[in-house]
Amino acid sequence: MDALETPRGRHGRAPDVLRPGAWLPMREYPQNEPVDFVIVGTGAGGAPLACKLARAGFSVVAFDAGAWWRPLEDFASDEAHQAKLYWLDERLCDGDNPLKLGSNNSGKAVGGSTVHFSMVSLRFRPEWFKSRSLLGYGVDWPLDWREMWRYYREMEQALKISGPVTYPWGPKRPRYPYRQHEVNGAGLALARACDALGVDWSPTPLATLSAPRGDAPPCVYRGFCVSGCSTNAKQSALTTWIPWAVRAGAEIRDLAMVGRVETGGDGLASGVHYFREGRWQFQRARHVVVAGYAIETPRLLLNSASARHPDGLANRSGLLGRNLMVQTNNAVWGHLEEEVRWYKGPPSLALCEHWNYEDRGKDFFGGYCFMSQGPLPAAWVATQTGNHGLWGQALVDEMRHYNHQVGLKIVGETLPQERNRVTLADEHDQYGLPVARVTWSMGDNDRRLVAHALDFMGRGLDAIGARDIWSEAENTCHLGGTARMGFDADSSVVDADCRSWDVRNLWVCDGSVFPTVGGVNPSLTIQAIACRTADRIVALAARGDL
Amino acid sequence: MSLPRYPGYDVLHKRNGPSWNEPTRRAVDARLALPREPRFFDARQWALLNALCARILPQPADRPPVPLAAMVDAKVFERQGDGYRDTRLPHLQDAWTRGLAALDAEAEARHQQPFVALSAGQQDALLTAMQQGMLHHPAWGGMPPALFFSERMVHDITGAYYQHPTAWNEIGFGGPAGPRGYVRLDSDRRDPWEAAEARPGREDEAREANRRVR
Repeated sequence: MDALETPRGRHGRAPDVLRPGAWLPMREYPQNEPVDFVIVGTGAGGAPLACKLARAGFSVVAFDAGAWWRPLEDFASDEAHQAKLYWLDERLCDGDNPLKLGSNNSGKAVGGSTVHFSMVSLRFRPEWFKSRSLLGYGVDWPLDWREMWRYYREMEQALKISGPVTYPWGPKRPRYPYRQHEVNGAGLALARACDALGVDWSPTPLATLSAPRGDAPPCVYRGFCVSGCSTNAKQSALTTWIPWAVRAGAEIRDLAMVGRVETGGDGLASGVHYFREGRWQFQRARHVVVAGYAIETPRLLLNSASARHPDGLANRSGLLGRNLMVQTNNAVWGHLEEEVRWYKGPPSLALCEHWNYEDRGKDFFGGYCFMSQGPLPAAWVATQTGNHGLWGQALVDEMRHYNHQVGLKIVGETLPQERNRVTLADEHDQYGLPVARVTWSMGDNDRRLVAHALDFMGRGLDAIGARDIWSEAENTCHLGGTARMGFDADSSVVDADCRSWDVRNLWVCDGSVFPTVGGVNPSLTIQAIACRTADRIVALAARGDL
Repeated sequence: MSLPRYPGYDVLHKRNGPSWNEPTRRAVDARLALPREPRFFDARQWALLNALCARILPQPADRPPVPLAAMVDAKVFERQGDGYRDTRLPHLQDAWTRGLAALDAEAEARHQQPFVALSAGQQDALLTAMQQGMLHHPAWGGMPPALFFSERMVHDITGAYYQHPTAWNEIGFGGPAGPRGYVRLDSDRRDPWEAAEARPGREDEAREANRRVR
């Protein structure tokens, strides 16, 4: 656990995570001279941005509060041990439906949550970028879907996404760069359910290798993906963008918690205060990018209030921290006669996006996909005790069906509501910073979506002969919103380039800029936006508009 | 469907094989070597916690029990939080301290005896009332009993159990799997290093297959 005690990115070198014991040379920048860009957070938003900006010749220092793990040497095949990847600092949750965070959706490591994500790499439906104009709900994005689809393609190529030759939904897309993975028993159960329901299914496009890539081997189907990949088949930010960024001249500082963005007399950001190696330090910067995801990003900006920005940075609209969205994560579960052994392989090898693309037959706005499941024992028992309410002998007996269990689970859209928000609580964390209070209440539309999904998936499991079917009525996963992008300073926090309307050298680059969340996992979209933002910064710099 | 059984399967037989790497061996070894003496709970709380574990996660008498109370004690002592806290619950340590005291207060109020002295049926009735939010003793101090039940008590006890190799054996889980992983992904296709489920009347075949798991 040494990586949790002593920074690894220092003395001019960084861990080469693809080779045991090896190091990469890493540039170091002095604190008292401003670097072009400070980036706070090295996950799906911060890491690609750091890479692309460094490649464009900017000086970049990226900070992460978490450790710089070497998966080949540090990662166990063990759910409990690997909790070291999660953001486990205290957060307070309230509202009608208090959220569950931590292992569910929050990472604290170089590479952020991508170190323990399930690798599901999906594109948004084109219409979602104009959901208000075209579909009648939410708000429009200031981005054009055709431009986004070009970035999706770039991301899929960069990460060697494995996927099918043809994808059943949406506009024609090119073949995925790496072949699809074999679908496991749990995924084939989804396929049979979809066949019975008369809808398409597909092998899931995944950010884990189906063939060798440089020093990284193909996936061996060990199934501990959401506890961290110990073979480096997973194309996380830790194994891709971060080493690429280091090679391009960026400096990454691990175990470095940024507590405050400083602003000068001109109202512009001048650098960040961060806690590392036992003391608070200050890094000067010409630009600051906050990439901490939908809770830490508003928390940092709210905690950076000053006389000139009394309500927090980038909050003239009053919208910072508001419109927090989650994705609903409800499921139906049942047993099959056959031995499924769903612990083998990535947890979601097959999916159905039918209800993302079909608008008829719905009594709700938005969409959802559903995927096959493979929770490991600790995650599975949490489902059985939480939503199913089991304990005692009934629990022990139900758990013994583990190898026969199948499930279908959604990633469902929820609508933005201003009452759902992140604020600062009175309690403080180990750094002396106010902890985040996360308030979320389900809306009526969200409930109708979940009811539709549970009914549909339940019929699917029934059709394939599953027994003892039950519905997991409450669960949420990915986050979004809290620093939404938009068309003007009154109704959004950042513009289409992720640049703050109020503080022009302050940027936000993560899932908090999402105006709506859609019904697919967000990581590919976050990375696509980060790469677009990098290109926009290069273009703005070229014409003197930075 | 009768309950699946995996006679003779022991995931620890794979400990020195290609399904376990060094970090995995260290992590599981440390779990198996966990001290059995409490570091956080006092004697009365410890007895109550052991009684609770026996009801929440009953274990068969024909094998060494998973030391659930010790695992919960370690979690609480080391303040291993989950990364979120419902605002109606106090901190991890406070929640456990208050929850155990309140449960004993409920037992005294109902039966004039501490929880540990109640019959299994009385204990289960009290726990069921707790799960359903039907307890109202002032000792709860505003902490909702049903929330403590699901988010803390059952969560921590059952979460401990299913991270223990004994539980993996019981449910036929393959256990640690890196770097070897798996080959046969389709249903009813067992890799030779996976648990073999007993077919009715053919228990010996499963036992023999499980003996070869490495």
